[in-house]
Amino acid sequence: MATQPQIDSHSGEEAFREEVVQFLAEHFPPELKGKGNALASVEGPDQETPAQEGWRKAVGERGWGTPTWPKEYGGGGLSRKQAAILNEEMAKVGAFNPIGGMGVMMFGPTLLEYGSEEQKLAHIPPISRGEIRWCQGYSEPNAGSDLANLQMMAEDKGDHYLVNGQKTWTSGGQWADKSFCLVRTDRSDKHKGISFLLIDMDAPGVEVRPIQMISGMSPFCETFFTDVKVPKGNLVGKEGEGWTIGKRLLQHERTNLSGGGSMARLMGASLADIAKKYVDTDADGQIADKVLRDRIADFEIRWGAFLLTARRASDESKAGGVSEISSVLKKLGTKLGQERAELMIEIMGLQGLGWEGEGFSEAELGGVRAWLFGKATTIYGGSTEIQNNIIAKRVLGMLDHQ
Amino acid sequence: MAVLNEEQEMLRDMAREWTSKESPVTEFRKVRAGGAEEAFDRKAYATMAEMGWVGVVIPEAHGGSDFGWLSAGLVVEELGKTLTASPLVASTIAASAILLGGSDEQQAKWLPGLASGEIIGTLAVDEGSRHDPAKLETTVSGGKLSGTKAFVHEAHGADLFVVAASDGLYLVEKGEAVSLSTRKLTDQRSHAEVVFDGAAADRLAGGGDSLLDDVLDRARILTASEMLGMAQAVFDVTLDYLKQRVQFNQVLATFQALQHRMADLFGDLTMMRSAVEGGLQALDSGFGVARAATIAKAEANRVLNIVSREGVQLHGGMGMTDDYDIGLYLKRARVLEASFGGTAFLKNRFATIGGY
Ligand SMILES: Cc1cc2nc3c(=O)[nH]c(=O)nc-3n(C[C@H](O)[C@H](O)[C@H](O)COP(=O)(O)OP(=O)(O)OC[C@H]3O[C@@H](n4cnc5c(N)ncnc54)[C@H](O)[C@@H]3O)c2cc1C
Repeated sequence: MATQPQIDSHSGEEAFREEVVQFLAEHFPPELKGKGNALASVEGPDQETPAQEGWRKAVGERGWGTPTWPKEYGGGGLSRKQAAILNEEMAKVGAFNPIGGMGVMMFGPTLLEYGSEEQKLAHIPPISRGEIRWCQGYSEPNAGSDLANLQMMAEDKGDHYLVNGQKTWTSGGQWADKSFCLVRTDRSDKHKGISFLLIDMDAPGVEVRPIQMISGMSPFCETFFTDVKVPKGNLVGKEGEGWTIGKRLLQHERTNLSGGGSMARLMGASLADIAKKYVDTDADGQIADKVLRDRIADFEIRWGAFLLTARRASDESKAGGVSEISSVLKKLGTKLGQERAELMIEIMGLQGLGWEGEGFSEAELGGVRAWLFGKATTIYGGSTEIQNNIIAKRVLGMLDHQ
Repeated sequence: MAVLNEEQEMLRDMAREWTSKESPVTEFRKVRAGGAEEAFDRKAYATMAEMGWVGVVIPEAHGGSDFGWLSAGLVVEELGKTLTASPLVASTIAASAILLGGSDEQQAKWLPGLASGEIIGTLAVDEGSRHDPAKLETTVSGGKLSGTKAFVHEAHGADLFVVAASDGLYLVEKGEAVSLSTRKLTDQRSHAEVVFDGAAADRLAGGGDSLLDDVLDRARILTASEMLGMAQAVFDVTLDYLKQRVQFNQVLATFQALQHRMADLFGDLTMMRSAVEGGLQALDSGFGVARAATIAKAEANRVLNIVSREGVQLHGGMGMTDDYDIGLYLKRARVLEASFGGTAFLKNRFATIGGY
């Protein structure tokens, strides 16, 4: 048994933990304690305060917003163990990762795998520093679940592509600097005619029209492309590899959306604690409404099982890669998130259905918008039905009649 | 669908025609955009009253048609289908309280005005955010009523409040001793916290000990009727959508996974309709009302909850947009689910009625 190296790596971990603790003491503004990440907020960008900006820059400089990404592209270069320590220590002091968004969640990891050296050097560091917002140009009016049906055309014009077409449901399109798009470079083959192209949102010919959502906000857009010139160097991979690259990106998206970790944090207080504030308890401190008590316990048990599942999946994929298991996590996590929001409303009664104005706390109003927005989680990133198809066909081998 | 008599069929057809022509969802959108706190169109309500829809359960002697509860439910179901914003349900419930508990004099004073739509009534029971009629702190002394009622529906348009105090039901007219604070809920209709501060109150002395429960059962069943219309509309529009949306070179309706989903919802909707109609028929026969009302509202809660969620899901991104109607149903659905008994309340009550 090699005892010695173990001790070494252990003491290395302790030294790293020390470093993190010191960094947090120095750079994390206490006023941000328990606050979320402005850049990663789902319904739109809040204006950054000076404290938020300072915190983002401090983390970005070390690459700790993207802790496991390679150092040469601005990442933290940390091992998974170190990244876990970073997370733990941040949680201890109520700090959070200020760097997020689609660049971190899905585009970055995909570009690291498929991008050219030049592309990685150009795009990864600004993502790691939280400076550039990316949006996802995948869906079109007739290409939702059937994404490969996309028609937006990128025509080869020698030194550039000329792009024409429409994307829709583009989250954050109105605030994004750049978009990673799936475009058609060949009409003769549905899947092999797709390419992965990076487009500047401020390029001439790009126009966004925000769409209002049932939750009241307009966090997504219709995006129109008219004779947009895109340099050839913005093609990721080769022409026709877009479907493969695009699907890998979706696996990253799904793993993030299922949110084993991030959702647990988002959810905050337990349902039982919330319930005790809104409903009567009996002499033993139990929720007096027995039916409601049963519903809460039923949910919390399944939520506990889901968190264990998310942890098991991450333990099992030692390399930290993503796979079809992301479909299972996405399907389960999003459904439970929705169930929780519905149960919250049952617990809170009409007080949990405030739309605006007097008589409701900020948390109550926020909860309602989150309940409504949450309905999207089983639709985007590949709907639950599409995840079920993937699970049935690719995981379980239940193929269509051939 | 219950077997209807000729009168009922005519009434339903008339309601169906009027709502689809004169009060489609675009009318609710106008009300919402107008932003008025009472949140309904007075002209439209006057027309509804003229057609006799508010007086369906009111005796002819007091200006109603006395067609009964099943008839009232048919009209309310049609209004629910198009999310027609009106105080018709609230006024009908108020009228039923006066019918059950009011003296001849009280009936003669209020029912004709309620039937003609000149007077709008509503019920004020709950004092917290969850339905709990056993927990009332509103009191009356020397004919003056004091207390605070939470989330009173249609309060802004109401002239007359049927208020539950700890010792019974009272009629209170709007006025100086009655003050409203708007509570804007997701359905963007009229709801308010109403404070009664020594308001002149006229007791509904009849109806016996079960008066409050009896009135609430009427509220549950009529609310369930509105929910039935909403569930039916969401189901229909979703089915239509699946039959025309093409993905993977085929209409979505041809995917077996979705066929089974719709078949499941159809089964649920069938049960909901039976439960709601059973409630209305129980009111007309006067037999087994408490149990029937609990089944009606509990099934309405269960099924509308599922249908409204599935409706959004099966529309994909489209269902998430404000431009599309389906989200409006989802937002109204939860308000009605919580009103006059959320699911947990109803399950507890059902078991209690059953003696277990
Ligand atoms: C809030 C939000 C944000 C989004 N952000 C982005 C974004 O940033 N970028 C982007 O590109 N896209 C985005 N999307 C789009 C999203 O990816 C699509 O909405 C999604 O892929 C579904 O496509 P669709 O809306 O066309 O629904 P459809 O594909 O028309 O599906 C309608 C319903 O049919 C079901 N269905 C479809 N096919 C099958 C099948 N074969 N078997 C069984 N059921 C099926 C679906 O699951 C769904 O329930 C966003 C969507 C939402 C709601």
